[in-house]
Amino acid sequence: MDIQFKVFRFDPETDKEPRFQDYTVPHRKGLTVLDALYWIQDNLDPSICFRSSCRAGVCGSCAMHIAGRYRLACETPADIKGPGPVVVRPLAHLQVQRDLIVDMEPFFASYKQILPYLLTSKKPSDGEIRQSQSDRAKLDEIIDCILCASCYSACPMIGSDPEYLGPAALLQTNRFLLDSRDDANEQRLELVSDEHGIWRCHTAFNCSLACPKNLDPAGSIAHLKRASYKGFLKVPFRK
Amino acid sequence: MKYHEAIVVGGGLAGMRAAIALNEKNVKAALISKCHPLRSHSIAAQGGINAALGNNPRGGFDSPFKHGFDTVKGSDYLADQDAALALTEAAPEIVYEMENWGCPFSRNNQGHISQRPFGGAGFPRTCYAADKTGHVLIHTLYQQVVRYEHASERQNMLCYDEWMVTRLVIEDGECRGVIARNLATGELEAFMAEAVIFATGGPGRMFLPTTNALISTGLATAIPLWAGVPLKDMEFIQFHPTTLLGTGILMTEGCRGEGGFLTNAAGDRFLANYPDSAKAMEVAPRDIVSRNMQREINEGRAINGMHIDLDLRHLGAKKIQHQLPGIRDLAINFAGVDPIKEPIPVKPGHHYTMGGIDTNKKAETKAKGFYAAGECACVSVHGANRLGGNSLLETLVFGRIAGREAADYVLGKTTSKQGEQAIVDALAQEKSKHKALTEGSGTESAAKIRDELGASMVENAGIFRKEEKLKKGLDKVKELQERFKGVKAGYGGKRHNQALTWVLELEGNLAVAEATVAGALLRKESRGAQFRTDYPTRDDQNFLKHTIANWRPEKGMTLSYSPVKLGTWEPKERKY
Repeated sequence: MDIQFKVFRFDPETDKEPRFQDYTVPHRKGLTVLDALYWIQDNLDPSICFRSSCRAGVCGSCAMHIAGRYRLACETPADIKGPGPVVVRPLAHLQVQRDLIVDMEPFFASYKQILPYLLTSKKPSDGEIRQSQSDRAKLDEIIDCILCASCYSACPMIGSDPEYLGPAALLQTNRFLLDSRDDANEQRLELVSDEHGIWRCHTAFNCSLACPKNLDPAGSIAHLKRASYKGFLKVPFRK
Repeated sequence: MKYHEAIVVGGGLAGMRAAIALNEKNVKAALISKCHPLRSHSIAAQGGINAALGNNPRGGFDSPFKHGFDTVKGSDYLADQDAALALTEAAPEIVYEMENWGCPFSRNNQGHISQRPFGGAGFPRTCYAADKTGHVLIHTLYQQVVRYEHASERQNMLCYDEWMVTRLVIEDGECRGVIARNLATGELEAFMAEAVIFATGGPGRMFLPTTNALISTGLATAIPLWAGVPLKDMEFIQFHPTTLLGTGILMTEGCRGEGGFLTNAAGDRFLANYPDSAKAMEVAPRDIVSRNMQREINEGRAINGMHIDLDLRHLGAKKIQHQLPGIRDLAINFAGVDPIKEPIPVKPGHHYTMGGIDTNKKAETKAKGFYAAGECACVSVHGANRLGGNSLLETLVFGRIAGREAADYVLGKTTSKQGEQAIVDALAQEKSKHKALTEGSGTESAAKIRDELGASMVENAGIFRKEEKLKKGLDKVKELQERFKGVKAGYGGKRHNQALTWVLELEGNLAVAEATVAGALLRKESRGAQFRTDYPTRDDQNFLKHTIANWRPEKGMTLSYSPVKLGTWEPKERKY
């Protein structure tokens, strides 16, 4: 069986507008979309470009819009649509540098805004800051985020508010909020409790549907909203 | 031309730790990485990081000294013993540091960092976060890099993401800087620096299949070689016992540390049938387990003649879901097997390069101001065989040492901004080289050469080696090097020209592969990961020494040897 691909192509330097290019890739058992892209690059079209690294679903490089939703190309079977066509597009809300590669800078800029590092006044005893198994269990899934930006691309609010922190950064805020070792909850909630933070989220749940790691950024945002109310730290949309 | 006090090349664990160490000494660091730091291959590490914390009830009598002994014994006595002790003595502190920075290690019931047994270790000393230890370490370290970015008004920490270094400039034995390509724009840029640290990971992609990421090519190991810095012990290649059939994706040693079995077609735990693994069974060191698995496969006792089963079913659903969730996901996604219900099909596969850029225990190389740390370097702490859980440790310990040493070197320097002409010349040469590669008249396909190299390396320089195969492998590398001269990148555009990137990476693979095969050919003994069927025993009389590979444009590759630093433990037969 051969599989048809329709791949987004665009070089802002030379092309007037983007186009979709058709490729036919021979199928073999276990072939992934990333394998297929490499097969295209090796055999049909060396000009095509895309990001990849670990090819095992852990590094977050190869998130793209594949066959109707955001997925990691490396763990998506190429025959997801049978003979196809499989439509492959870059992440949304981020400027295309070329083909399937987008400028991730705004995504990481919002991640950096939330102070994504442990803030604590706790002093380690015998080297470590102890944490009970039940406290550690609160981080169990949330630390799996690979910052692939699938949620960011799927979020309808990012498009309307470029300053919106977005689901990944808010999930990361919740990750530190839930960490028993971190004691900067007030500061963290303050940072996200405004119209470009949690209150921008209109609970579309696209992020949670998009996450290739099956995480729940929408749930994290809901948790932050509750925590923010409880603390009366900041009234929404106060200006 | 850009100028930085110190440049770190590579954004994985070693590189980021080096950059932080520079900042800790108030030296400005530029972190140049060909991918975003979070995409580095360190993230794929699964099982854990070794440190003699004694948190496990069975680890109460553990100590850094015993960890050092296990490391040296595991190395088949080829490790430099002072370096191994430097590694293991720094281990507890460096693990605690990561914990204090927020790394979410798994915890035991007292709230201490959990530790599990690993191959070749006398005590359970591998600290872990489920089976995602590399992931949590790299995120924690990146968070600290962000913290340093935030903290510094004078831009102490500057990240160049997706800049690929293609050349190192060394003049009169002193490092002057690097040439790097901005992948997004395709522009080549010269970087001047007082010190350069390479933390560029391993050259795994010269073998195919491999557990290594697509980015882990030999280029960054070859760049210093071309600039006159020798490589050490390149013939020592680790084959991991459990890589997923088909894709070669890693199935952590933690699977066996948690109690998983390896079984053959008859359902036997065959490791009991081999004297070197009969006692330790599944947690014998990697070189031993890999060889015995390969023997089962070669002698027709494998499942479908192809693979061994990694059986976790007896661990139960709860333990698998809690301790090995990532492994379960990988097995389901990439092999269509749920380890709770079925065994995972595995076979030994290429995993790690013990050798690398020749450094001492201060991460210094032959060239002043040029340092290396992590998998790209060879101190040597792993010798002929690395123990599981020691590579994450090495990245952090020697990353920090490299950063500190480079900082002291920069601060102690009396001259600065030397060697402008050498850098300008290097930039011009690099520009014309890239132009020739994209505009030349070559007809050879880089992809084809890459695949032929990968297959030849597995076939001729794999788990079992012998003279005629190694000779064949060396001839093949030389043939491919010759053919490489006719390679042309199939695309000439500027932005994200991956065709050109892969051509450059391939050239590096070819250089490093030559050092690997040539070293293996001359080393007429079996030690650690190198097993010669024609010389099946260790020969301390003639080969208790490091292989040093040098390269000169006019002479090509030459090999010599340097002594191993002993002093604490006398080499003995390695028994488990």
